[in-house]
Amino acid sequence: MASDAPEQDQRARKAIEALARAETGRLLGALLRDVRDFQMAEDCLQEALESALVHWSRNGLPESPAGWVLQTARRKIIDRLRRARNFSRKAEEYGLLIELDQQAAGSDAAPAIPDERLRLIFTCCHPALDAKTRVALTLRTLCGLTTREIARAFLDREEAMAQRLVRARHKITKAGIPFEIPEPRQWAERLNSVLSVIYLTFNEGYSATAGPGLLRHDLCLEAIRMGRLMLELVPGNAECEGLLALMLLNHSRATARLDGQGRMIALEHQDRSLWSREAIAEGCALLDAALARGATGVFQLQAAISALHARAPSHAATGWREIVLLYEGLHRLAPNAVYLLNRAVALSYASNAEDALAVLAPLEDGFADYQPFHAAKADFLRRTGRLDAARQSYRRAIALSANESERQFLETRLAALDPPGPQDAGTPPATHAP
Amino acid sequence: MKYLALIYAAPDAGPDYGTPEFGPYMDGYRRATETYKSDGVMLGGEALQDTSTATTVRVRNGKTETMDGPFAETKEQLGGFYLLDCANLDEAIRYAAMIPSAEHGSVELRPVMEIE
Repeated sequence: MASDAPEQDQRARKAIEALARAETGRLLGALLRDVRDFQMAEDCLQEALESALVHWSRNGLPESPAGWVLQTARRKIIDRLRRARNFSRKAEEYGLLIELDQQAAGSDAAPAIPDERLRLIFTCCHPALDAKTRVALTLRTLCGLTTREIARAFLDREEAMAQRLVRARHKITKAGIPFEIPEPRQWAERLNSVLSVIYLTFNEGYSATAGPGLLRHDLCLEAIRMGRLMLELVPGNAECEGLLALMLLNHSRATARLDGQGRMIALEHQDRSLWSREAIAEGCALLDAALARGATGVFQLQAAISALHARAPSHAATGWREIVLLYEGLHRLAPNAVYLLNRAVALSYASNAEDALAVLAPLEDGFADYQPFHAAKADFLRRTGRLDAARQSYRRAIALSANESERQFLETRLAALDPPGPQDAGTPPATHAP
Repeated sequence: MKYLALIYAAPDAGPDYGTPEFGPYMDGYRRATETYKSDGVMLGGEALQDTSTATTVRVRNGKTETMDGPFAETKEQLGGFYLLDCANLDEAIRYAAMIPSAEHGSVELRPVMEIE
């Protein structure tokens, strides 16, 4: 039997990794229902996973691995509560202890795991936590990513990320951030906070092409996974459908967006045969379902724009008029100058670059340090033949670039101004990236 | 849970006494206080005199030192507080948002440490 040991060990390790990725949200949710202490729940779950490795390597996998882990984590919580006990504790806590004890000791049959993931996600995405913390905590808590994986995705040090997560859990407990589904009057705003966190995760993976590309790509997949989970938890919600559609439609272009050297390829020059038909079909179907519900929102309108790109046979034959209108709709719904900038880009194709320049002028003050503005302006200037002014705008955009891929893209554009033949260029990268 | 709502604002930010806006502003405070009382969350609350009246006290080596002025000179000054008993942070945020000074200043919510 000794020869089987490494193999059994390997099997246990794999099972635990898979379990952590698939079930962390459900397990933490179940633990938090009984003890509202995020850090303790997290620590006890980690300890239970460590025990699992020891036990499963020796004895093989239990019938219900997740149930085994939940039971073990509950026992660890009881131990901790007993050790921390002091006489002035309230009676309810004793009741809780007893109940937990019964749940844990009742039988060795696996306990059913209640699904508290919706409460969990509302807690992790609470607006009293800062935006980056919300994303990190959600990835850790709901998606079961390790702290190291999250740190790498954010290009942060692992200790800094670990600290951020500890502080967040501490605040949730001490500040009384509720482990609840928000009441109706807060529902829309809080749901929007959750959806924004998911979209922020997606964009973190989608827009930043610097750094370890593969990990970034994983963030997009995690965000899509969260989008699916949200839709499962809040079925029939138009904005949930809209967000998932938006992410699928944008992600359908993932392989066509970068060349072999990891450089960005403008929408205009992408090989459309590389776009994922499957993702486009799913995204469009979701969007149609969402729009039929008659509850418009920013994610649906952005998905509609992405769908117009996805369905277009070519850059020229894209529904630019509709895209202009959709950006106007977005700006009405949630006023934001970035929508107006993107509208100007669409207008440059729906009408011409001259009109787009006119629309851009009043936005200049607010966008002095905003790279996409200068990239767009440079492109319009180039297309209207004002090459000196275009050069200036390209240089400004290059100076403001946040990553290498973006910088290279603009440098190529700038260099292309010098030889005669300014007919070959395309769109600059916009922030609500097509 | 108990929350202390600390009300910060720049002295020149709110409506001045004697202007038409001053009455509705004070009414806003009365309404907030009434709501806290009728909802049973009000544990206390006061408006404070200007920071020019503040005295800061330190004891060093057994000796009491006093300093004229607030602990920290900031543009936004602590002007008052409420102590509220709420179920959770969401409820506390909802009540804090009723404080009229939140519209030009800031309200900091601090959970009170529960000593067992």
